[in-house]
Amino acid sequence: MSALLEVTSISVSFDGFKAINNLSFEIGGQELRAIIGPNGAGKTTFMDIVTGKTRPDEGRVRFGEPQLDLLRLSESQIARAGVGRKFQRPTVFEAQSVRDNLTMALSNDRLPFAVLRYKPSKEDDGRVSALAEEIGLSGELDRTAGELSHGQKQWLEIGILLAQEPKLLLVDEPAAGMTLGEREHTTDLLRRAAETRAVVVVEHDMEFVRRLDCKVTVLHEGSVLAEGTLDHVTANSDVIDVYLGR
Amino acid sequence: MERSLFARQPSVLVFIGLLALFTIVITILSEGFGLGIVSTSFIKILGKTLCLCLIAIAMDLVWGYCGILSLGHFAFFGLGGYMIGMWLMYERTKDIVIASLSGGELPATPEEITEAIGTQIFGVVGGAEIPVVWYFADSLFAQLLLVVLVPGLLALVFGWLAFRSRVTGVYLSILTQAMTLALSLYLFQNDSGLRGNNGLSGLQNIPGLTEVSQSVVSAWFFLASALALGLGYLVAAWVVSGKFGNVIRAIRDDEARIRFMGYPVEAYKLVVFTLTAVIAAIAGALYYPQAGIINPAEIAPIASIYLAVWVAIGGRGRLYGAVIGAATVSLLSSWFTGGQAPSIPLGFYTIDWVDWWQVLLGLGFVLVTLFAPKGIGGLFDRLVRKDAAS
Amino acid sequence: MLRIIFLLLAALLAFAPANAQDADLNALLETYRTKIEKPSRTTIGPVLDALVESQLPGVAVFLEKWREKELWQRKSDGRFFLVEKADGGKLMLIDVATGEQAGLAEKNDLDNLKPNSGVRGVIAGALVQFQLSDPDPERRLQALTALERAPDASHLSILRAAIDSEPDPAIKARKERLQRLLTIQFGSDQARRVAAIESFAGDPGVDARAALNPLLATSIKVFDTAPEGVNVARLLTPGSDIDAEAAYQLLVDAGKARPIVPLADRKQALIDNIENGMVAGTPVAELVSQSARDRAYLALAANGTVPPLVTREEQRQAVADHVFAEVYAEPDPVLTTAARETLANISGTVGFYQFLDLALDGLSLASIYFLAAIGLAITFGVMGVINMAHGEFIMIGAYTGYVVQQFIPNYTVSIIVALPLAFAVAFLAGVALERLVIRYLAHRPLETLLATFGVSIALQQIAKNIFGTQARPLTSPSWLDGAWVLNDVVSISYIRIAIFVLALAFLGLLLFVLNKTRLGLEVRAVTQNPRMASSMGINPDRINMLTFGLGSGIAGIAGVAIGLFAKVTSELGSGYIVQSFMTVVVGGVGNIWGTLAGAGMIGSLQKLIEFFNPSNTLAAQTYMIIFIIIFIQFRPKGIIALKGRAAGD
Repeated sequence: MSALLEVTSISVSFDGFKAINNLSFEIGGQELRAIIGPNGAGKTTFMDIVTGKTRPDEGRVRFGEPQLDLLRLSESQIARAGVGRKFQRPTVFEAQSVRDNLTMALSNDRLPFAVLRYKPSKEDDGRVSALAEEIGLSGELDRTAGELSHGQKQWLEIGILLAQEPKLLLVDEPAAGMTLGEREHTTDLLRRAAETRAVVVVEHDMEFVRRLDCKVTVLHEGSVLAEGTLDHVTANSDVIDVYLGR
Repeated sequence: MERSLFARQPSVLVFIGLLALFTIVITILSEGFGLGIVSTSFIKILGKTLCLCLIAIAMDLVWGYCGILSLGHFAFFGLGGYMIGMWLMYERTKDIVIASLSGGELPATPEEITEAIGTQIFGVVGGAEIPVVWYFADSLFAQLLLVVLVPGLLALVFGWLAFRSRVTGVYLSILTQAMTLALSLYLFQNDSGLRGNNGLSGLQNIPGLTEVSQSVVSAWFFLASALALGLGYLVAAWVVSGKFGNVIRAIRDDEARIRFMGYPVEAYKLVVFTLTAVIAAIAGALYYPQAGIINPAEIAPIASIYLAVWVAIGGRGRLYGAVIGAATVSLLSSWFTGGQAPSIPLGFYTIDWVDWWQVLLGLGFVLVTLFAPKGIGGLFDRLVRKDAAS
Repeated sequence: MLRIIFLLLAALLAFAPANAQDADLNALLETYRTKIEKPSRTTIGPVLDALVESQLPGVAVFLEKWREKELWQRKSDGRFFLVEKADGGKLMLIDVATGEQAGLAEKNDLDNLKPNSGVRGVIAGALVQFQLSDPDPERRLQALTALERAPDASHLSILRAAIDSEPDPAIKARKERLQRLLTIQFGSDQARRVAAIESFAGDPGVDARAALNPLLATSIKVFDTAPEGVNVARLLTPGSDIDAEAAYQLLVDAGKARPIVPLADRKQALIDNIENGMVAGTPVAELVSQSARDRAYLALAANGTVPPLVTREEQRQAVADHVFAEVYAEPDPVLTTAARETLANISGTVGFYQFLDLALDGLSLASIYFLAAIGLAITFGVMGVINMAHGEFIMIGAYTGYVVQQFIPNYTVSIIVALPLAFAVAFLAGVALERLVIRYLAHRPLETLLATFGVSIALQQIAKNIFGTQARPLTSPSWLDGAWVLNDVVSISYIRIAIFVLALAFLGLLLFVLNKTRLGLEVRAVTQNPRMASSMGINPDRINMLTFGLGSGIAGIAGVAIGLFAKVTSELGSGYIVQSFMTVVVGGVGNIWGTLAGAGMIGSLQKLIEFFNPSNTLAAQTYMIIFIIIFIQFRPKGIIALKGRAAGD
């Protein structure tokens, strides 16, 4: 099986600072992958490039089957092609209800005139209920998203991502600021999601990564330092140097 | 889940009902159709106010809901006025010219009529040729089409350029302001083909209806304005109530996020910008026949900023707020600047409202922005919610 | 009487070698006495010629006094004298020929000759040749100026004669130049004229072009066959070089073709021939189109009642049978060719200087925009705040200058006082605005925009209520009047130079404040990361307040500068606000160099568009704004954009 996402020797620099340096990365169709690395390793910039927010100075980004050149698409086109992204800070539409948030995310036609004519169908309502069930927000469907707790907003955002039915899910520090119980729920959500799609999780928290129990890629100074199981990479002397200081 | 527009937005029904009631009462009291208690000039003021309410709705849609603080919608309003004004002025002048030429010893030829119309309309800017832009001026249907097409196309092209390059926030506001300034400066030129700073005048006279008195004409325009406002309100309510409304509110609140959800944000903005420009143009096309005259000063950037002020005072993000703001501020404005407001003698100085209304408006606006960011509509909401709670 | 004769004799003895001539001037004047007593412009010429030709030494003084109305005539014998005031209300007579005193006289015995201005002008012309060689260089210059204003063929030889003896090199060069100009116009020798023409190659002076252009004046003439014996500029092809209608009209004017009956005459002819509601058998009511009218007219023409129409074919044939040419008024082709080539050469030079002038204009406009916009750039760049009341701070500065001038009448002192005072007043207004409004709207840029707009309308109206709607003058000191003139093409007024210097000074000052002082360091820290800055002990509120004050203060100074060349009204500032925004946006936010680049680009662009369409500054502004809108498509973050994460998204 060929890779779902193929990133080939990309580089990008801001004002002379190389945020990403000749980075190559691959992930398959149904896979959970964790990316770890110290601050400034280029994790967020990597996500920015894949989702089209930042254009690399050089390199290739290919996605899906048939292969799409992501560098030629806009952010919204990339999202429609099947790349979902969850930001570090939970960003849901706080002024709107949980139901509206999820309905907007459902994978329907997203062009303005289709949306203008949109009428909620039985099927869509069912999907919204099912998603709410999955993220544990069934009771909160008609509440305004701004009233939710921090953890609930994180789940709602994951729910929004799942509703988009992406082939690749990019998740930036999902566990930040969560209680222990919420973390467990989040881990379950991500692992279940990875059964039908590729999920890339960027995370600082080693405990959380251990719980995900998946292949780990270590980034450092904009390129891949090590790859393998968590135990494998934590045994790597380079990784120890980087994390524990030289 | 399937619910009608009125069920989702009960305020729409209330608004339409109140508007209908108001319209009927005023018509009954008018000189044209009823008891003659309300003067023709006041009917005109009310009719114009309804048009201003309509453009305020457009402004609310684009700014309050979609987050684009356009400082250019009055330009579309003015363009709409110019388009209808061309027909009104051309046909009216043609009537006059034909009447005056009919006294000649030979019947007038079409060339002579055209030349006389040209001299009559453009003599004031030193021309006699009828410019190309007046090509369709003899056709009401064509000019009505242009009321929608010209501002719509301008909005489409400008919006496409601006949104495509991701100009947002205050930059976009400044850019729209620049567009407005460019348009008004262009129209100020004598060779713009639209009579320079003289503008178009005599628009209150409807060609072919010279024997109908102004009181009747103004009542008709009042009714048409009320109808347009009602329809505009319905369209706007329909647009904002469904999923489309959710998406444009999401664009207002977090543009990047909704883009990563796969929505082509630029296309939405363009649709809203163009739609509201067309609504503004229709409002303008109804407004200027009641005002009687249009000139480039009407399009100056400051007018568009006042529009934003109305909507802000009324309360953006709620359609009735825009209507309340536009009606209140514009009626108060004409009351204060019309010299009807009593002066306040302070002994050492007399506060004359003609001079001090602008100061009051400016400072009042600062206070609203600081202390009541949701405007009058926000206060309204609070009252309604209190009632529901008790 | 005896006394006079005695004096005359004495004078004769004293000036023995000049005796004959001395006697001659008075005698000469005697000859023309009646004409001198009652001169008129038309009759005075021969008198002056005679006087000049006599080459007598007293002539110059005589003519000058005459022109200055200081010539007196003794009633008793009609003799002319100059006079000096003497004791006892008497006048001391001075002999015109010798300059000797000629005795006292009562005023009543004399007539003062006062020629009218026309005559005085003619006298002045005759005087020129004396003045051109006058020992006083000032008078020689005056004479040259008089000559330049009203050149005359007769002056050429005089001028040539006066060149060699000229001691002052600058005046000599000017005489030389004028001589060449006069040679072009009035010279008789072909070679000399050509040399004079060619000597002006590359000379941007208006006078040179004014002398050359008449040589190239042409008129369109009609010929039956190829033109001969005239200096042809070019042949014209009807239809392309010359409108066929116009060509036919030329034939008509030359009597070589029948005139076309104009539309109005045809209509009149129809009206004149209405009989019983019919024109030539057609009912009047049917004449509703031009073709119907034409048919009726042709019917009349067929009867011979009216002159027949000229057919198109006839017109075409007539035009084709003749040759049309532009013909020079100057018959000598050598001269016209030389003039044409020299003018072409000059236009190259003039083009260069025009470009220079345009660049200077652009620079001066750019410095105005820079001054108006830099305060806005600072507040926008540091605080992300769009201040719509910025224009009103400019207005406040201008009115401050006006008020200062009401108390300090000396313009120089008042400007020196007004500049810092305008800064102070606008600074305080800015600080007040920041503390009372903007602080509470932090991170809500659109609402700040609207709130400051409210402030803007209030301030504008308050200014109107205080100062009225009419424009108030802000007068510049007299040493700023006038302009620096390089040549006839390039000049720039001193006020504009002063504004340029002011802008330069503020650029330097701001660079210094932002890069070399503690305040600047803190401002930059707050710009880049307010939270980090405040954790390091910087008070962002204080910095914001000072920054806003600084930006507003500079607007106040800009107000004084703008007020010097524009009238001070309550709308002064709002006229600059959109341009200021444009400058900031085009240049790139948060960067002084960006504002400089933006101002430079907008200023020079506006001047450039005005250059191509000088009659219409409104159109220039329209096109410039359209250009800016398109420019932003390609560089949304301005000319000098901050890159990377610092720029924000």
